[in-house]
Formats: sequence, C-alpha cells, structure tokens
Amino acid sequence: MVSLARTKDSKIEMANEQRIVITGVGLTAPNGNSLSEFRQNLLNGKAGIERIETHYMGEVLAGVCHFDPLKYQKKKELRRGTRAGSIAIYCANEAVAHSGLDLTTLDKSGIGVYLGITEHGNIETENEIYAIKQYDYDVKYWSHHHNPRTVANNPAGEVTLNMGITGPHYTLGAACAAGNIGLIQGLQMLLLDEVDLALAGGVSESIHSFGIFAGFKSEGALASHSDPHKACRPFDRDRNGVVVSEGGCVCLLERLSDALRRSATIYGEIVGYATNSDAFDFILPHAPRQAECMRLALKKAGLSASDIDIVSSHATGTQQGDLQECQAIAEVFKDAPRTYTNNTKSYIGHTMGAAGALELAGNLPSFNDNFVHPTVNLDNLDPRCAIPNLVINKPAKVDKIDHIMNNSFGMLGINSVVIVKRFDGQC
Amino acid sequence: MLGEQIRSVIVEVIAQIVPDEDLSNLRGDIRIRDQIELDSMDFLDIIMELRKRYGIEVPEDDYIQMATLDGAVAYLEPRMAHL
Repeated sequence: MVSLARTKDSKIEMANEQRIVITGVGLTAPNGNSLSEFRQNLLNGKAGIERIETHYMGEVLAGVCHFDPLKYQKKKELRRGTRAGSIAIYCANEAVAHSGLDLTTLDKSGIGVYLGITEHGNIETENEIYAIKQYDYDVKYWSHHHNPRTVANNPAGEVTLNMGITGPHYTLGAACAAGNIGLIQGLQMLLLDEVDLALAGGVSESIHSFGIFAGFKSEGALASHSDPHKACRPFDRDRNGVVVSEGGCVCLLERLSDALRRSATIYGEIVGYATNSDAFDFILPHAPRQAECMRLALKKAGLSASDIDIVSSHATGTQQGDLQECQAIAEVFKDAPRTYTNNTKSYIGHTMGAAGALELAGNLPSFNDNFVHPTVNLDNLDPRCAIPNLVINKPAKVDKIDHIMNNSFGMLGINSVVIVKRFDGQC
Repeated sequence: MLGEQIRSVIVEVIAQIVPDEDLSNLRGDIRIRDQIELDSMDFLDIIMELRKRYGIEVPEDDYIQMATLDGAVAYLEPRMAHL
C-alpha cells in the first residue's frame, strides 16, 4: 500500500511539474504601482492619463508611471540605464517580493528573465540626435552609452545586472502582443526545464519617444480629448485613437510542484496560450486570425468558450482594432452567454510591450474579489461593438471567476492569447 | 582657469557621474578608481563632459595621466589656462 501511495504521489508530482503558476506580480501602471493599488483603481474607475511635452510635437496625452525608481536602483544605475530598464527592474524586484521568495537564498543561475517589448532603442537614438544638434551634428559628442542602452536585450539585461541573476535573459520583440509573449516564453522555458523560476512579462518606455506619437498621428490614430482621462475610449462611437503609455508588468512563474512545496500564494495557473500571424497587413488587424488564436488557446487549455468567464480585450480605441476584435470575440463566444468582456486600456492607455501582462494582472484579483472591472469612457456604444456582456463603466459582481482569457495583438499581424485559471488547490 | 578651480570642476563632474558616492574625502594622490566606484564607462563620461563643457580633447593615450585627481589637474592646467 505504501509503495502504491508513493507511486500516486510521484505521478501527481510529475504532473505538477508540468503545470505553471503565477506566484508573484510586480507592476507599474499609470494608475498604480502595485497589484493591489492597480486593482483598486480599476474597480474605482480611476484612469491615469496626463499631458506631457515631447520633442518636436509639444503637448501630447500619455500614461505616465510614477513609481519610485530609487527603491531598487542607485542614482548611478538610473543615470546609466534606460527607462525601460528601470521599469523592468522595479517590476522584477516587486514580483520577487510579492512572491515571498528571498532572492538572497535562491540559485540565481536557475532564474530566467523574459520580457516582451514593442520596440527598444528609439528613445536613446532620438535623444542623441536631439543632443548633438547643438554641436552641429558632430558625432564625437554621441554618447558611448548608446550601444548598451539600445541593444534589444537591454531591459532584461538591466534586471540581471541589478539582481545578480546569472540565468538566461532576453527580450521578445512582439509589437503590442509582447506582454503575453513574454509570459508564454517564461512558461515554455519552465516546461523545458531550462530554468526553475521565470521573471516574465513586458515593459514599455514608449512615451519618451516622439516618434511613436508622430507615427500614430500620421496614421490618424492618435487619441485626443479635452479631458486626458477620457481620451482612451474603446468601443465608443467617439473614440479617436490610441493613448500611448509607459508601464511594466513582470510575473514570477514557477512549476506548481515548487510552489506547493514552499506553500506559495498562487494567483493563477496558465492553462492555455496561443500565438499566430495574420499574414494580412502591416497595421490593420484581422478578425479571422484573432478568432483562430483564441480558439487555439482554448484547445490547448482543453476548454470551450463557455468556460471562459472574462475576456480581457486588447481593444485600443481605434476604429479598425475595436471592430475586428469585437467581430472575433462575437464569433468565438457566440455560444457563451455568460462570458464577460472588459478592457483595461480605457484607464491606462496603451502600455505597448507591457499591455498584455499588465492587463492580465489587472484581472487576476477577480479570482478572489469576484468582480469584473469594466471598460470605462464608454458613453455611446458603437453598435458594431455591442458584444454580449461587455462590462460598461461599472464593475460586474459575479458568483465565481474560473478562467480569464487575455488578448493581446500587434502590428505586422501578431496575435497572442493567454488563458489563466483560478487555482483551487486541485493537484 | 587655475589648479584649484580645475580641481573643483573635476570633482563636480565626477559628482554628476557617480551621484551615490561621497566625494568629500577624495584624495588627490590616490587613483580615483581605488577610492570610489568608477568604471571605464564613467571615465568616458568624464572625458565627454570636459569635451562638451570646455571643448577639451583628451586622447586615449593620455587617459593614464587622469587616473588621480592631482594628475588630472596637472594634465588639464595648461589646456584650461585660457578659460
């Protein structure tokens, strides 16, 4: 009997090694610098958009993070590094603290850092060109910091330097799907036994580049509004584009077996994910492939659409983006009358590379508080976006949340979907 | 610009580059890097700052002469005399 019991335990242990859970969340958003503050503001309808000055363009609307960078960095590190690096360092340290792990006792060669980014290096390049203008573009005034600041692995590399992590680190360029892609990469590396802990998610420093604002403006897709907090209006007839924001979210991922062994608090289990490509257009989204991506994630999770309680939409407040996603959600969830859809960008704007991870994180506490936070700034619903159970302006109280689907899509037709399940102690 | 003024300028530049360091007891006769946390990128920042502020070029072969505060003052004095 003893040996049979041991065999059963061993099978459970092996199964749990193939289940990946979230045991820590570190984040900074334009309306909050911790998961609890972020969640509270999402439930209270508190947005976080303001006016900032940019080179060449003057005043623009942006989501700005107000975390204390000196909480984890020395002044010199801050001066030398990038904003994306600083955001990543803050989020990674917060994630570890939130997980209850003590970094000093961990084998740092077993930790991987996988961060999604929309772009990187534009800011330093723009700033250097702006700075050498006063020297008549003499390149001997070009900073020797340019290369280490602009290499694509910079934000993840700064995390390893700051925390003394000697495991793998890299970023994943995946446009605005990057936050989800960072999580997927972390999960896969754990499943492959490449690392024992993954610091995974996404970051963005985009608001410090004039180019992204100018680019969206040239596309006719930069939001404007007399009240900054009302500028990001997904699904609203009066929406007029994207609000560019900075932000970051890093999740500490680990195997369920390890999490249980140390009695960790488990904020959710990643049970499904998918990524695919539209092969359709440089900037226009494409509902059929988005729907396919959602179905692929459901299949991987072994779920049907009606098992999903919340669809955390990607919608950015552009005409085409909102319509295509609503079309895709309506199709996939046509037989799922109890599935709610919400949106987090309506509060914080588009945090680009951070968006996927940040928007998922904002929904995770719903497993415990049983609220679905709404999409805000939705005063005149575009009838083409009138999908069932769209949570509008007020949180919805529900009996139980078991599964959250998090959508994140990006330019060049990259789609990503992550499904997180409530952890109910079942092993 | 004279020796003591140059010394103040160098310390001010270093303070800007390594803001976490206490420079109040920085000695002139010991290598700067042996007294505070100052790496090669920081050193290049000092060279760049002198270039930007005063148009002074320090060739790489001369970097060794800037290793101590006293050495840097001696090296820069003739180059900053006109300022």
